[in-house]
Amino acid sequence: MTSMERVLTALSHREPDRVPLFLLLTLHGARELGLSIEEYFSSSENVVRGQLAMLRRYGHDCIYAFFHASLEVEAWGGSTIFRDDGPPNAGAPPLKADAIASLAPPRLSAAPGLVRVLEAQRGLRHAVGDSVPIIGVVMSPFSLPVMQLGFDAYLDLMFDRPDLMQRLMEVNAAFCAEWGNAQLAAGAHAICYFDPLASPKMIDPSLYRSFGWPAARRALNAIKGPTATHLASGPCLGVVEDLAGSGTAMVGVGGEEDLAAVKKRCCGRLTVFGNLNGIAMRSWDEAAAIAEVKGAIDAAAQGGGFILSDQHGEIPWQVPERTLEQVAQAAREYGRYPLQGVRG
Amino acid sequence: MIVSYPAGHLSDVPARPSADLLELALVNMDRLALQRIYSASGLTPLFFCEQFITPALAGIGEKWDRGELSLSHVYMSGRLCEDFMEQSFRGAPSNRVSEERVALAVLEDYHLLGKRLVGFVLRGGGVDYLDYGTVTAAELVQRVQEDSVRVLLISALMLPSALKVREVRDKLDQAGVPCRIIVGGAPFRLDPSLCDEVGADFCCATASQVLPALIQASGGEP
Repeated sequence: MTSMERVLTALSHREPDRVPLFLLLTLHGARELGLSIEEYFSSSENVVRGQLAMLRRYGHDCIYAFFHASLEVEAWGGSTIFRDDGPPNAGAPPLKADAIASLAPPRLSAAPGLVRVLEAQRGLRHAVGDSVPIIGVVMSPFSLPVMQLGFDAYLDLMFDRPDLMQRLMEVNAAFCAEWGNAQLAAGAHAICYFDPLASPKMIDPSLYRSFGWPAARRALNAIKGPTATHLASGPCLGVVEDLAGSGTAMVGVGGEEDLAAVKKRCCGRLTVFGNLNGIAMRSWDEAAAIAEVKGAIDAAAQGGGFILSDQHGEIPWQVPERTLEQVAQAAREYGRYPLQGVRG
Repeated sequence: MIVSYPAGHLSDVPARPSADLLELALVNMDRLALQRIYSASGLTPLFFCEQFITPALAGIGEKWDRGELSLSHVYMSGRLCEDFMEQSFRGAPSNRVSEERVALAVLEDYHLLGKRLVGFVLRGGGVDYLDYGTVTAAELVQRVQEDSVRVLLISALMLPSALKVREVRDKLDQAGVPCRIIVGGAPFRLDPSLCDEVGADFCCATASQVLPALIQASGGEP
């Protein structure tokens, strides 16, 4: 099977030849090329070369055509602060609440960072065709405001100005759909919809249902391709039914959550991906890597509908390549269907 | 989501004001009930903070830790208490939970919500502290030395920021500065071994755990 066939079979809630593995790697591409993180993301060619090098090294089942979250905020007038040992941070929030009433989505073509992402996705699609799924990324309309406004100002808006909150969701949903569709047109096969604030750990589900879910439904229905919702380490069980009704096909599971329980709740409706602990992965030895991979497969892989991945949607820079190789090897070895003696 | 409080209902306020009822009022964002509970308590601002606000915020933090409430509840509860103290007492009354100088900082990270949540708890507990905002490890060590800080609170959302605590610990030790470090934030929740790895003295799973940790750091019982 090609990676694409393997993934599509799993998404159909059937068992492929082995459990698909998504190593959601961004920063490690810089290390593959011997570049600083800032230098690496300054050119689409670097990201193409980095992603292809990691595909060869690990033999996993996706290309992760994501640069960093702050690129979206740059399009809204924000900035990026680079560091040499982790993901770039968004700089000062570019929006104030009083600007929301007249806010319009930015033009994609006027955002150099987003244009670089599209160029990379074109290059990656040219390189792998339809043999390996290329995953693009959007920030959800409900979660993007953490960077647009700052987290506390955003929570204040949600509670104090529901009128402006609704307006922001409409503007952001339009931008989100346009950005997702541009990535699909450029070469991405699917879009990962990052929505950490959808997690009940972050926002009261009643607020999510008032603001976040309608925006998700609007954006996901407008994106003309398959989507996967990721709560970026946040627990999802409390909103699984909402996610299933939002139009997404997959859900990313956080590390604090019972993977088997999530799989059981999602079974036949949503494909589950997760939930290796990327923070702890920094210090795994080979035995730990094998145990963690086996544990996740044991919990959720039976019957398909499962992709092995990390909990957060991005593996930390501090995780050594050797550990990633051990994870990939363990997934190949212990993820072969039919599975032996598993419970999930 | 569990938002049930066996201790009573908000209509009980006039007869039996309690920290449980205050918790319910905060989770429901009921400013009026908060004011009524304060009035019915008959307590001075200092004792109201000690006996009502601190345990109510701690209860909300514990429920968040157990997955029964959301961070939005934690934030709004803290904001309501802060607003209330500002309006009713013109700020928090001072209560020497710690006799030692305390500072709060974020290391090379621009995610400041965690720091604000800790600030709510500190003010609710009447703790005076220095707010250093976002600083580098070198700046932090220098300011700790200049201000003779003896308990340093560091909030982290990103893993690289959490790992920077090690640099602070080492520099403080090299300089012979007797300062205890209390850490908290997502990386420490996701990998509890990180606390020892970076040389922190105490690790808080929630913002509200900072008060017992401060007492311990000052040599008392939590």
